[in-house]
Amino acid sequence: MRYLPKSPADRQEMLAEIGVDSIDALFETIPAEYQLKHDLKIPRQHSESEIIDRFRAFAGNNATGYASFLGAGVYRHYKPVIIDSLVLRGEFLTSYTPYQPEIAQGTLQAMFEFQTMICELTGMEIANASMYDGSTGAAEAMMMAVRVTGRSKAVVARTVHPEYREVLATYAQHQEIPIAEVGYAANGRVDMAALDAAITNETACVMIQSPNFFGTIEDVAAIAELAHSRGALLIVSIAEAVSLGIVKPPAEADIVSMEAQSFGVALSYGGPYCGVIACKEKFLRQMPGRLVGETKDADGKRGYVLTLSTREQHIRREKATSNICTNQALVALMVTIFLTVYGKQGLRELAEHNLAKAAYLKGALGADAKILFNGAPRFHEFVVELPISAEETNAALLEQKIIGGLPLAKWYPELGANASLWCATELTTRKQMDAAAEALRAAVPAELTRA
Amino acid sequence: MAYPASYKYTKEHEWIAVEGASGTVGITDYAQGSLGDIVFVDLPKVGDALEAGKTFGSVESVKAVSDLYSPVTGTVTAVNEELKDKPEKINDDANNTWLLKLDLKDASELGALLNAADYEKFVSEETGH
Repeated sequence: MRYLPKSPADRQEMLAEIGVDSIDALFETIPAEYQLKHDLKIPRQHSESEIIDRFRAFAGNNATGYASFLGAGVYRHYKPVIIDSLVLRGEFLTSYTPYQPEIAQGTLQAMFEFQTMICELTGMEIANASMYDGSTGAAEAMMMAVRVTGRSKAVVARTVHPEYREVLATYAQHQEIPIAEVGYAANGRVDMAALDAAITNETACVMIQSPNFFGTIEDVAAIAELAHSRGALLIVSIAEAVSLGIVKPPAEADIVSMEAQSFGVALSYGGPYCGVIACKEKFLRQMPGRLVGETKDADGKRGYVLTLSTREQHIRREKATSNICTNQALVALMVTIFLTVYGKQGLRELAEHNLAKAAYLKGALGADAKILFNGAPRFHEFVVELPISAEETNAALLEQKIIGGLPLAKWYPELGANASLWCATELTTRKQMDAAAEALRAAVPAELTRA
Repeated sequence: MAYPASYKYTKEHEWIAVEGASGTVGITDYAQGSLGDIVFVDLPKVGDALEAGKTFGSVESVKAVSDLYSPVTGTVTAVNEELKDKPEKINDDANNTWLLKLDLKDASELGALLNAADYEKFVSEETGH
C-alpha cells in the first residue's frame, strides 16, 4: 500500500477542480448543530518510540505460558511459518477480493486451487472462493436451500454451534424463515425421532454439524436419507476442518458449509476466519459468493476468471443470490498454503494425532470426572461432567495457568453447571494434560472424588 | 423485418404468438442482441400459473441476468427443454426459438400488447436510433 501525501496546494487544486471553496463546504448538507466544531477528545500525537513502548506494554497484558483446553469452534493448530512469509508478499497482501480480477491471475489461481481442495475434502462437486466465516456460511447455505426448494422453513440441530444458531436466527428473522430446533439423543447425536417429527412438507433444509458441538460425529448418511425422503436438502456444517483428515466426507449432503480456520489461520480473538460453501453442481446458480473458473485465453493458454458473476449484487442488484459480493481472499490463501504443505497424507496424520491426544485427555480426566455421550464416535472434543461446577473448576485451574474446558450451562442448561466441553489438539502436550488432571483432582473436595 | 407481424410484443422485449387459446412465448431479436451470448435460461415448470406483467424466469448471458415477464396470464403447457443444453439457439434465431407455451386465461389481455410496428418504434425510441 502506498502512502500518498497531499500538500495544501494539492488540496486547493482538487477543490478548485470540483468547484468548492473549502473542505468544510463539502459537509454543508449536514445541519450545523450536528457538525463537530472542536477537536476529538483523544490524546495528542505520540512519537514513534512512544507508540512502540505503549504497544509493548499492551502486549505485556497478553496471557502467555497458559495451557488451553478450549475448542468449541475455534481450534489451536500449528501454523507453518511459510504461510506468513507467502501471504505477506505484496502481490498477495490485500484483504479484499479482486474487483478487476483477471489482472490478478496469481490470486485467481490460488482461489481456484482452494476451491478444488475444498471439493476434494468435502466430497462436493463445486465450492466457492470463501465466505466470511463458518456461521455466515451456514446462514447463506440455509437461504440457498430456501431458493432451491421453494420451501420456506428450516430444521436445525441443537448440536450445531450455539453461536452459529444465533447468526442463523439473525438472518432468518428478516428473511422470514421459521427455524425449528431438534435435540440430541443419549449418545450425543441428533435425535432421529425428533428430527423425523420436525420435518414437514415446508422444510427447505435440515442442518446438522459434524463433528457436532459436543465433538460427536453424526450419522450423515442416515440423516440425509431422512431429509431427502421428505424433499428437504441436507446442509452439513463443519466447524473443525481438520476432522476431514480422518472422518468420511459428508458426500450425502446437498450443501456443506465450513469454517476453515483450523487450516493455518491464527485464532486472532475470533476473526477474520474463512467460511466456505460447497455443494452439488446442480445448485450452481443458487450458490452465493465468488466463484473462480478455469478457461483458455485467445491464444489457447490456461487462464482463470471470476465466473457466474451475473448472480452477484454488483450486476444483479436486488435480485442477486446473496448480499455477499466478496470473499476472504487472503485468509483463503492461508488455507490453500496450509493444505498444500500438509497434503492428503499429512492431513490424515494430523487428524490421527488429534484423536490420540483427545484419547489421552479423556483417560486423564476420566479418573475424577465422568465423560458424557460415549455411545458414538468423536473427534477431538468431548463433554465432561465434573464433580464440581465447571466455573469453580476453571477458577482453580486458572491459578495453575490452565484454561479449562468451556462451561456448557449457558447454552445447554439441561446438562447442569458441572458440564464442560474439552478439546485437545496436536499442540496439547501430555505434560499439560497431566497437569490439568492433577489440578482437577486437587480442586475436588475429598468426599466428592470417585475413587 | 426483424419482428414478425403475426406476433405481439411487450415493452420488456418478449414476443407471443397466439393460436386459438394457446400462446407461444420467446424473447425478441433486440433482447438477444442486447444480452449478448446467452448461457442459461431459467424457466417455470409445466402447470405453473403465470400472470401478465409478472416475472416467470430469467435469461442469463455472459454479462447479465435479465428477468422474463409474461405477456399474458395463463397456465404453462410446455417448456422448451432443448434450451437446457443449447441456450445459444436464442442468439441464433430469437424469433423462432420459443421458451414456453401456455393456455391463455383471458385473450383480451392481448389488446394491451404492442404490434410489430409499434414495438420496432418503441425499440428505436429506447435506443435513440
